Amino acid sequence: MDVRPRELAPISLTVNGNVHELEVEPRWLLCDVLRHQLGLTGTHVGCEHGVCGCCTVLIDGRPARSCLMFAVTADGADIRTVEGLARGDGKLHPLQTAFRRHHGLQCGFCTPGFLMAALPIYRRAGALSDDELREALGGQLCRCTGYVGIVAAVRAAAEIEAGDSAP
Amino acid sequence: MKPAPFAYHRPRTREEVDGLLAEFGGEAKILAGGQSLIPILNMRLAAPAHVIDINGLADELVEPALLGGTVTIGPLVRHAAAEGSQLTATALPLLAQALAYVAHPAIRSRGTVVGSIAHADPAAELPAAFAALEGEARVRSARGSRSIAAPDLFVSHLETSLEEDEWIEEVRLPVQGVRGSAVEEFARRHGDYALCGVVALAEPRAGSRIVLALAYIGMGPAPVRLELPELTASDVAGDALEDAVRTLAHEQLEPEDDIHASARYRRWLAERLGVRAARRAAGALEKH
Amino acid sequence: MFGERVERREDLRLLTGGGRYTDDFEHDAAQAAFVRSEHAHARVLDVDVTGALEVDGVLGVYTHEDLTGGFAAPLPLLVPHEGIVRPRTQYALAAEEVCYAGETIVMVVATDRYVAEDAAGRIRVSYEPLEAIVDLARAADAGATVAHAGAPDNIAGRVSEEKGDVDGALANAPHVFEWRFEIERSASTPMEGRAVVARYDERDGMLMVYDSTQAPTGIRGGLAALFGVDLERVQVLAPDVGGGFGVKVMQFYPEEVLIPWAARRLGTPVKWTEDRREHFIGSNHERKQIHHVRVGCDDDGRILAFETRFVHDSGAYCPYGLIVPVITSAQLPGPYKLENYRYEFRAVYTNTVSTSPYRGAGRPQGAFVMERTLDRLARELALDPVDVRRRNLIQPDEFPYEVGVTFQDGGPTVYDSGDYPRGLELLLDAVGYAGFAAERERAAAEGRRLGLGLGCYVEGTGIGPYEGAAINVMGDGTVTVAIGLSTQGQAHETVFAQIAADELGVDVERVQVSTGDTRRIGYGVGTFASRSAGVAGNAVKRAARSVRHQAQEFAARLLEAAVDDIELADGAARVKGSPQSAIPLGRLALVANPLRYAYGAEATEAAVFARKAYSSGEAPLHEDATPGLNAVEYYSPRSGVFGFGMHAAIVEIDPDTCNLLVRRYVIVHDCGRVINPLVVDGQVQGGFAQGLGGAFFERIVYDDTGQIQNASFMDFLIPYATEVPAPELHHTETPSPSNELGVKGVGEAGAIAVPAVIANAVADALERPIDSMPLSPLQLFDMLHPDGNGR
Repeated sequence: MDVRPRELAPISLTVNGNVHELEVEPRWLLCDVLRHQLGLTGTHVGCEHGVCGCCTVLIDGRPARSCLMFAVTADGADIRTVEGLARGDGKLHPLQTAFRRHHGLQCGFCTPGFLMAALPIYRRAGALSDDELREALGGQLCRCTGYVGIVAAVRAAAEIEAGDSAP
Repeated sequence: MKPAPFAYHRPRTREEVDGLLAEFGGEAKILAGGQSLIPILNMRLAAPAHVIDINGLADELVEPALLGGTVTIGPLVRHAAAEGSQLTATALPLLAQALAYVAHPAIRSRGTVVGSIAHADPAAELPAAFAALEGEARVRSARGSRSIAAPDLFVSHLETSLEEDEWIEEVRLPVQGVRGSAVEEFARRHGDYALCGVVALAEPRAGSRIVLALAYIGMGPAPVRLELPELTASDVAGDALEDAVRTLAHEQLEPEDDIHASARYRRWLAERLGVRAARRAAGALEKH
Repeated sequence: MFGERVERREDLRLLTGGGRYTDDFEHDAAQAAFVRSEHAHARVLDVDVTGALEVDGVLGVYTHEDLTGGFAAPLPLLVPHEGIVRPRTQYALAAEEVCYAGETIVMVVATDRYVAEDAAGRIRVSYEPLEAIVDLARAADAGATVAHAGAPDNIAGRVSEEKGDVDGALANAPHVFEWRFEIERSASTPMEGRAVVARYDERDGMLMVYDSTQAPTGIRGGLAALFGVDLERVQVLAPDVGGGFGVKVMQFYPEEVLIPWAARRLGTPVKWTEDRREHFIGSNHERKQIHHVRVGCDDDGRILAFETRFVHDSGAYCPYGLIVPVITSAQLPGPYKLENYRYEFRAVYTNTVSTSPYRGAGRPQGAFVMERTLDRLARELALDPVDVRRRNLIQPDEFPYEVGVTFQDGGPTVYDSGDYPRGLELLLDAVGYAGFAAERERAAAEGRRLGLGLGCYVEGTGIGPYEGAAINVMGDGTVTVAIGLSTQGQAHETVFAQIAADELGVDVERVQVSTGDTRRIGYGVGTFASRSAGVAGNAVKRAARSVRHQAQEFAARLLEAAVDDIELADGAARVKGSPQSAIPLGRLALVANPLRYAYGAEATEAAVFARKAYSSGEAPLHEDATPGLNAVEYYSPRSGVFGFGMHAAIVEIDPDTCNLLVRRYVIVHDCGRVINPLVVDGQVQGGFAQGLGGAFFERIVYDDTGQIQNASFMDFLIPYATEVPAPELHHTETPSPSNELGVKGVGEAGAIAVPAVIANAVADALERPIDSMPLSPLQLFDMLHPDGNGR
């Protein structure tokens, strides 16, 4: 594929299970395309240099900064955003329930990034020490909570999930 | 904070990359993980006319592979894949140890090992690990291929000895074997570029003697492998090691001042962390 | 519900990606980018925009010459003060002179932000660089380089005040010490930067503005005045706001004027979303002050006289007046009795970003100066720093307590209530003060340096002028509460719902709170200065009570009972002790607005009641009644209410790295009656994290030429989860006698004492004074290893 400056390139993104055929300038950041082309504004943009983690989404199952990826590079990728977290019937994901119960959010701006960063790890949080869990959540800035509620929530999510699925 | 416009190329083969670089050379940047490049583009500190996105290369290995006694790492092996690989754990513990200090999980899932070495940031962990392990970069262009050994690769801050039409297609690292290793660093925040860091390799020699090699992070324009004089186990535990590291830190490192640390402080950290890493590396040796 | 740990109503939205922040509106809007001054001080000679106009997709390029009327005038000075000697505010787009690196010079509007930045990059500004003054201490000197060409000096304002006779008391004091304390520049840095979206509809002349602000009503009033239109023609919504911490209280930033202006001029919606670099160079900072203290005390450490002369860094302008140093001055005494107290400050211009309140707003500086003074004099006199504090604390029987200087609202500083000795003893107990000396010695024997530090603060909260609440009961029983102030994470949708739910006898889930929308309530002030719960909370209480009275009146008529016999419970009005008489609140609201609701299950039921009302021969609405169940009420406090707290830290200095390790952090705090403990804990924990950031990680670094050296999150070090330990929290509750709810504010509380406490703990660990903040590993290294070779 070769695209001249400011020309549009056709790409296909699977976001939360839905396939989107789009045309994007190669320089457009994935976060901008998710937000403004697809209207998925749950993914937030806090620094555009990869430090704050507000824009973290899952790309092919792994957390990644959507501000440090061109949408064109994500062509063909399977992306999951915060909008794809709650179940179709509107029931919160156990992580979301845990964040609410443990006051893991205040202004909510960093929250989607934290949820997506925690998604691959919350099930093994119980086996991690406090330091290890905090390290696993490293790279996500929160300016409101002091992280107390966030750490508690990620630790509690697996238990909530077990309770949810109990007969 | 949005990138300037660029022409975009997504080659499917290494040969196509060669061709694009032959044509656009100095006006082009290779995009692999993008975790260092894209911040620079977003801030418009660089505005290359061409971006060659190699993420579409077909049939590339996504994990390190063992060829002979050498671990080969292709251009699309992500930090996370290298860190989680069983081969890394057994053949190159030092690489796994260094990778654990690279930024954060969401960065390591995209960033590539080869890209980090090609970026040649002396404050980054992987160039230092590459230097310590005496790795070799396989470099190619439309004109052909060549190997560059670690000491010849890094020229200065963010600068390698590659020609404008060349790129690193692979990095090769000899297996660690019996050598013990350790990484120590101190950063203001977990995952930040370190104020000072060091990777250490300990190699057993005849007569229970140990050769320690250190490569520092953030302590000069380019990472350099520095060997300490041969030491005995009791030397390592005592003043001899401390003296050797101190001499090395004062004679061979070129730290600089910035807003986070002074050169003097960095040199002091280099002594402390160097001794700590050397002892841990030597300690790992004893377990073999 | 008051006092209960209610989970937050807003979370459902924020957790699912359903939050709506300013940049989430108007995806197709044109977008603005700015050319900002590269120089800290320069004359603008020429602006060549031709390159920008050639860029495909550019809709407009504007300089100061394009602005007229009020738009071309300097931006307003928000809080005038008689102490301001030379008011200076910037132009929305610089006219001739730029006074800080980052000052807006040109606005570009284009189809999207990418193109706007392309065009901005092609604009050539010719500057005549002028000498810049950055260093605060030097800027305050007579004959210093001036931050504004032609000014006689850099003094923005000066204020002094005295209680008692400081000179006399100092002359007679057995001990007099003089110390210098310095606090560096820092910044709020919320995760969401500022953002403004404006849409102008020329058919009806309506301007709609979305603004990530802490004060939407003020923005609305200002824009209406600026555009010369009726207030009703301008509506402002502060939607979900991604953190504020003070930086978004400022009114007006240039972009808040220019984006609406461009939207009207271009006839198309225009958006500006600040990027992180812009935030560092274009949004206000705070904190920098240098204090010279003289303190006199007796042999037991009782303070006989206290004087501080300080300079406050105003930055390039003083858009927010003198409020920060005024707060420092009033709140520096904290919980201590200073019979003889004098302050004298000068707010000083420098060629740096302007300053305005950031969480704590002058108080962290005051607490640092006061608490370091206490520790230093304890050390000089070989006294226990705790004993020194005990001897100086205001006692519980001394309230209301007059500090003797002017509060930030212009009235006297009078503490309404508190029990400081109890808080201190609780803290000492919790941190294990009595056993610490032994612990410290044990650690020292192992070559480890431990230190314990204490710090106390009093925080004036809940200041006026007023807030309002509009409450309306819907036909389905939903209660809507509209407050004028916006929300940036303080759980307004939950805590105000709790207050209304209690008063109206409904489930909290039935109460919907809207915030920061001038379409819903036009009068209000803003969410800052820890004032929301105290002021808006009491307004909600009043409005809910008014609605309750209305409901009782209507129900009394319908149930043929006395008004006093009607109670509201379980979402209905009923005769006390007679649940079967219950009329659902929604139905009552419909009855009170007769025959105007054709749809809905309750409408038919309501109609029956309404017929009854007519058949009685009386007017359908009784005398003084308004249709429906609704009320708008305001609360205007006479003065602030004063929360307080005591913090302690146990720290260790890592001998191998000179890093600071916070081993324990214990907080005792009191914000009067607690509406929701979940939320209060969160505020205190978050405040602590921000305080720790300000104590050891965060600092805005300028070089001598006025360029910020760390204008990114790479180098401005907000701590991650890996750097912030969980503090141990303890509460006391001293209700405020000044308001009906007995509440005090808590928003800023957690942050205030932390730098002082960390400084005291490090000073204890290192056994040497800490007189400037924040600290860093580099500073600790320089203190521990002052000799040349670092050994």
